[in-house]
Amino acid sequence: MTIKICIGSSCHLKGSQKVIELFEKSIQENQLEEKVKLVGSFCLGKCSNAGVNVCIDDKEIVSVTPENFYSFFNDKVLKYIK
Amino acid sequence: MKKFDTQVQYLKYKVLREVAGKAWDDTLYEKILDIPKIIIPGPTPTTRCCIYKERAIVEERIKIAMGGDKSNPNVIEVIDLACDECPVAGYEVTDVCRGCLAHRCQDACKKDAIYFDHNQKAHIDKSKCVECGKCSAVCPYGAIVNFKRPCEKSCKVKAISMGPNKAAKIDNDKCISCGSCVYQCPFGAIMDKSYIINVIDILKKSQHNQKYKTYAVVAPSISSQFVHAKLGQVISGIKELGFFTVVEAALGADMVAYKETQELIEKGFLTSSCCPAFVMYIKKNFPKLVEHISHNLSPAAEIAKYIKETDPTAKVIFIGPCTAKKAEFQQEIQKQYVDSILTFEELQALFDSKDLDIYSLPEDVLDNASYYGRIFARSGGLTDAVKQALIELGRTDFEVKPVVCNGIEECRMALLKVGKIDIGNFIEGMACVGGCIAGAGCLTHGEKNKAEVDKYGMEAYEKTIQDAIKVLKK
Repeated sequence: MTIKICIGSSCHLKGSQKVIELFEKSIQENQLEEKVKLVGSFCLGKCSNAGVNVCIDDKEIVSVTPENFYSFFNDKVLKYIK
Repeated sequence: MKKFDTQVQYLKYKVLREVAGKAWDDTLYEKILDIPKIIIPGPTPTTRCCIYKERAIVEERIKIAMGGDKSNPNVIEVIDLACDECPVAGYEVTDVCRGCLAHRCQDACKKDAIYFDHNQKAHIDKSKCVECGKCSAVCPYGAIVNFKRPCEKSCKVKAISMGPNKAAKIDNDKCISCGSCVYQCPFGAIMDKSYIINVIDILKKSQHNQKYKTYAVVAPSISSQFVHAKLGQVISGIKELGFFTVVEAALGADMVAYKETQELIEKGFLTSSCCPAFVMYIKKNFPKLVEHISHNLSPAAEIAKYIKETDPTAKVIFIGPCTAKKAEFQQEIQKQYVDSILTFEELQALFDSKDLDIYSLPEDVLDNASYYGRIFARSGGLTDAVKQALIELGRTDFEVKPVVCNGIEECRMALLKVGKIDIGNFIEGMACVGGCIAGAGCLTHGEKNKAEVDKYGMEAYEKTIQDAIKVLKK
């Protein structure tokens, strides 16, 4: 699974750094290093979203904030992997 | 509102704007012959002997705006017709000579080239004079003047001489495409080839970023340009032109700073690779030192490479202050990553060719890089970044002894000493005095530009290099 996180200017200012940290932490905690690849990407074209744009395996683009991070991680990442 | 330093830049800009305007609506080949008349309406000549010569020179400028002479590999080109064939007399004693008693000029001359007439006025025997300038330096009246062509004076690598037709001639074996002659020639007779048509073509063929996405990579020196608009408005303007998004070249600089520091620790001695004119200078003049040039890509190419790795169909256009970059992107390796180059002058022409009023646009954001990546734009910035990277890498045991060379003359002095005396272990070379902010493709060149770059650096969201490049290393 490849998770693309937008690090373009707009998402950057909305806190892509924080979201990346959360991803790193959760991936480590669940020992998914082998299965999940995190990549930085420039603008995904949805700058008006409230959160940081994240795209899993080139499918739908989801807006992720530190608040909704864990529910996103559970629903879209853990469920598909386990 | 002052957009340029000189009228020469303004004229060049007008030509670029017309050419670009017609390229946007696909009427360039149909209306190309109208452009000289639009720019020189007449009937009174304003710069040359007659409007016909003025228009003929404009025609030459159009050619260069459309890519110039394809058979000449150099991106810097002389317009013979525009060269005013300035005198090349060298040092001359002018009427200001008072015929004093001191004769300091004679005393200073090691070649015995100064003699005096019956009025005690000094003269220079040209058969003996070596143009060292010592007499001029000591004359209390400043009566001895160097009549050297401004292009030759500006060319510190001595690539310009007088050709057989008296017009300036560039020796491509010496030229490093820094563009200082382009900016210094008072008649605008030397120009950098433009790829503006090529850029418009890329933007149009992307069909509003549907077919592929066009990324603009902007150099951090942009912070010292377009002073009457906010940086965010310039970013909006670039997107209005049809670019998909704008990325900071400074992020590439952050990446380079880390890699270059590791390379320095490994090799023990390094010369920087971010200034293409400096790299070209070493290759042409110090072939033995080529092995010490950092193997890293320049910041622009580094970030372009990253963009293409994440988006393989992307087109990347670098927008910066540099004419030597135009030469860099034609090399085999860089060619894969960077598709075309624009200077700030050309960006202004592009804005105006679309009648974009950037001052009325909303402010977009530009934020990817750290303070350190952004200050690459000025002399000393790379060295500061390397010092920071050593701290972040936890390698404070390695002592960097930097030699910051501001301008190609200082670079030359440092390179001459390499291997002879211990000058340090890291040579940061910048061909333009002041760094990229003084590049020939800048709209304005001023003292305050360094402060602008530092201010822009301070505004970076990331305070360390590590913060900025963290996610990229995945």
